[in-house]
Amino acid sequence: MKIRFNRDYLLSLIAVILGLIAGAILMIVTNNNPFEGYNYLFRGGTMNMQRIGNTIATATPLIFAGLSVTFAFRTGLFNIGASGQMLIGGLCATAIALNVSLPKILLLPLMIIVAFIAGGLWGSIAGFLKAKFNVHEVVATIMLNWIAYWTVYYMVPLYLKAEFLETESRRIPSEASLRIEWLRDFFDGSYINLGIVLAIIVAIIVAFILDKTTLGYELKAVGYNRTAAETAGIDVNRNIMLSMGIAGGLAGLAGLSLYAGIATNMQIGVLPMQGFDGIAVSLLGANSPLGVFFAAIFFGLLHSGKGFMTAMTGIPPEIADTIIATIIYFAATSVVVDRFLENRRKRRETK
Amino acid sequence: MEYVVEMLKIRKEFPGVVACDDITLQLAKGEIHALLGENGAGKSTLMSILFGLYQPDRGTIKIRGKEEKIANPNVANDLKIGMVHQHFKLVHNFTVTENIILGIEQKKGIVVDRKGASKKIKELSVQYGLNVEPDSLISNISVGMQQRVEILKMLYRDAEVLIFDEPTAVLTPQEVQELMRIMKDLIKEGKSIILITHKLKEIKAVADRCTIIRRGQYVGTVDVKETSTEKMAEMMVGRKISFGIEKKEATPGENALEIRNLSVKNKVGVMGLKEFSLDVKCGEIVGIAGVDGNGQGELASALIGLQKSESGEIFLRNKEISGLSIRERIENRVSHISDDRQKYGLILEYTLDENLILKKYYREPYSIKGMLNYDEIHRYGEKIIEDFDIRAGRGGETTVRSMSGGNQQKLVVGREIDSNPDLLIAVQPTRGLDVGAIEYIHKRLIEQRDKGRAVLMISLELDEILGLSDRVAVINNGELVGIVNAKETNEAEIGLMMTGIKRGEADEDQIQ
Repeated sequence: MKIRFNRDYLLSLIAVILGLIAGAILMIVTNNNPFEGYNYLFRGGTMNMQRIGNTIATATPLIFAGLSVTFAFRTGLFNIGASGQMLIGGLCATAIALNVSLPKILLLPLMIIVAFIAGGLWGSIAGFLKAKFNVHEVVATIMLNWIAYWTVYYMVPLYLKAEFLETESRRIPSEASLRIEWLRDFFDGSYINLGIVLAIIVAIIVAFILDKTTLGYELKAVGYNRTAAETAGIDVNRNIMLSMGIAGGLAGLAGLSLYAGIATNMQIGVLPMQGFDGIAVSLLGANSPLGVFFAAIFFGLLHSGKGFMTAMTGIPPEIADTIIATIIYFAATSVVVDRFLENRRKRRETK
Repeated sequence: MEYVVEMLKIRKEFPGVVACDDITLQLAKGEIHALLGENGAGKSTLMSILFGLYQPDRGTIKIRGKEEKIANPNVANDLKIGMVHQHFKLVHNFTVTENIILGIEQKKGIVVDRKGASKKIKELSVQYGLNVEPDSLISNISVGMQQRVEILKMLYRDAEVLIFDEPTAVLTPQEVQELMRIMKDLIKEGKSIILITHKLKEIKAVADRCTIIRRGQYVGTVDVKETSTEKMAEMMVGRKISFGIEKKEATPGENALEIRNLSVKNKVGVMGLKEFSLDVKCGEIVGIAGVDGNGQGELASALIGLQKSESGEIFLRNKEISGLSIRERIENRVSHISDDRQKYGLILEYTLDENLILKKYYREPYSIKGMLNYDEIHRYGEKIIEDFDIRAGRGGETTVRSMSGGNQQKLVVGREIDSNPDLLIAVQPTRGLDVGAIEYIHKRLIEQRDKGRAVLMISLELDEILGLSDRVAVINNGELVGIVNAKETNEAEIGLMMTGIKRGEADEDQIQ
């Protein structure tokens, strides 16, 4: 078990290196110095407390979204609907934030629970359709993304409208924000927030559920071999609904950390890209909670450093996006690298 | 001796394994030469090399005394080497003729000359006594006849060396007899045959010589007439093994399982099992004999609850269970050894330990309040590994995927037997296993019977059915043909029943 994990991490690391090399080639082709480019890219994400804080803050929703995709994936389900689940989780949490007045210490837990449940219910619709009518979860979650998108489009102007703008909600009060003063001060005014603490706790819980509980045992059994799990008496349909529900809940938390952490209100007409980046994070993180955590931080670093790189060198910010895309590509095709390593090992053994 | 095919010191390596190591096989003209070895011994690799699918790393191949390089199957064809594959390669909605001429169609102008081909096939069929109707659709003819079509395919291409890869696996005993006769006829007409098999009885019945390989190594070539079956088995496995299944008289008790008029639909929605009734008593083994795909799968699925029955009842110890879920049936002590362990029985990515608790992970002491108790799981794993002699590189932590088929099966058997079943459903419990593992699993099944448990065994191997069962129920086309006492019957009778002819009727037929 342990060896397998290390191997997966190694493959991810190779994907990252190959992605960086590809990025370097692109920089050379566009007449830029790759060492300079990478220097500014990484310094842009790490050079002072504020930037480190922003990197972490950018990574927070990615951690949740990555966990969401990972959780579903371990049950053999492909959750492409994290974006929609984020919207619904965020919408319900924002509604609470704007309509319930409680002290922060009570309001935040309430918002967390509501975001989780709302995202979870949204996710389990896809789970229900899969379990009862065998509708493929990829199709269902993609469609639910758009239903969520238009739901927000309709609900925000109707009930949560800002004073002057039709296209966004009111700003949430500071009691309802995940941002807290001492954290912000510590990171020199960064928009880092409590979301990261929650993300770490949730990652640990997810790892615990997957590895130590009968629930995780069941979910993974269904994911690895549905037929055998069913034959062994495991209720496959229940597990599919549960898995999509929990995955949706995790995405709901991603929505919370985005709309009540990084942002202070919800805008209509935006499908959060973090939901899709979560797929990449999960892939690069080898579908393990720890891997997801580091992969999300790495993606956060690239995202928050690319502006600085552009400003200092004239390398277009698209290069950073290309690097991310290339890394995803190599992570997705890591099977090829795996086979290459395996063959080399075998050849060495037979010699 | 004049050799048609000589494979000398053939070596073939795959990454990490030596599939063939200096294997020599010499096929004399006009002989049936058996190639004997356990699963994974390298039989298929060797034949694939002869057929041009793989290139040997070392060694020479001589065809009719001349050294040849067989780069691909077309070269093999040109050298008049043909192969009857274990899984037939036929187009089901084509006629026999169309299948046979596929790839070498003779043309008359721009249209395929079906008539001419059909005539030639008819002639060949008569010449070799194959009894094949050239214009029938493949989907309408029996498996035995499909195999004869495969043989015709080679004859049509003037093959002189015929390779048969496990040809009897899909046949009824009568069809096996028929095949043996055909093979002997082929020899008379000057053909030479290589017969790949691990069934010693068949070798004894038709082969002249036998080459034995073990784990990629050449063990020897023997004259079949002068060598006993036991000796050949010993050479194949590498140690002495006991033949014949030793068992005491059964002492059946009351009914453990009663199946009443059970009907179950198959995958395409047609009744696969029709009005099937059967009792299994405590302390007996009832074998279900039948040609593959005659309702055995539906019966097993309905009993364990994987499939809903359309009508009928299933009583386990007088309790109706056909409405219960799979888990409820497991808790009512129904155990199940599947014929496809990798699909139905195991989570290959899980460790040995984790697979052992697949049906009871949610119960104490394996888990407490929803948390897996790994200490206890590991202790339990060690017990089963010892009790059932499971060999795995890293003990209970071995990933099941990396275990050998025999040990995977022992894991399943161990898990199912250790749960103290009232009813043990064993579907082809020894499929794809080597002789040693088969022997072991047979012993454990009889041990279960002697402990007073009811065992329902479904198998395609008649030897296994006759050797283990106390009573044999024969199934054909989803219907029960009859139930006979294992001691009072023989292979011929069961073989006839497998074709749907009821007991008693058989005698009349034979008289006529």
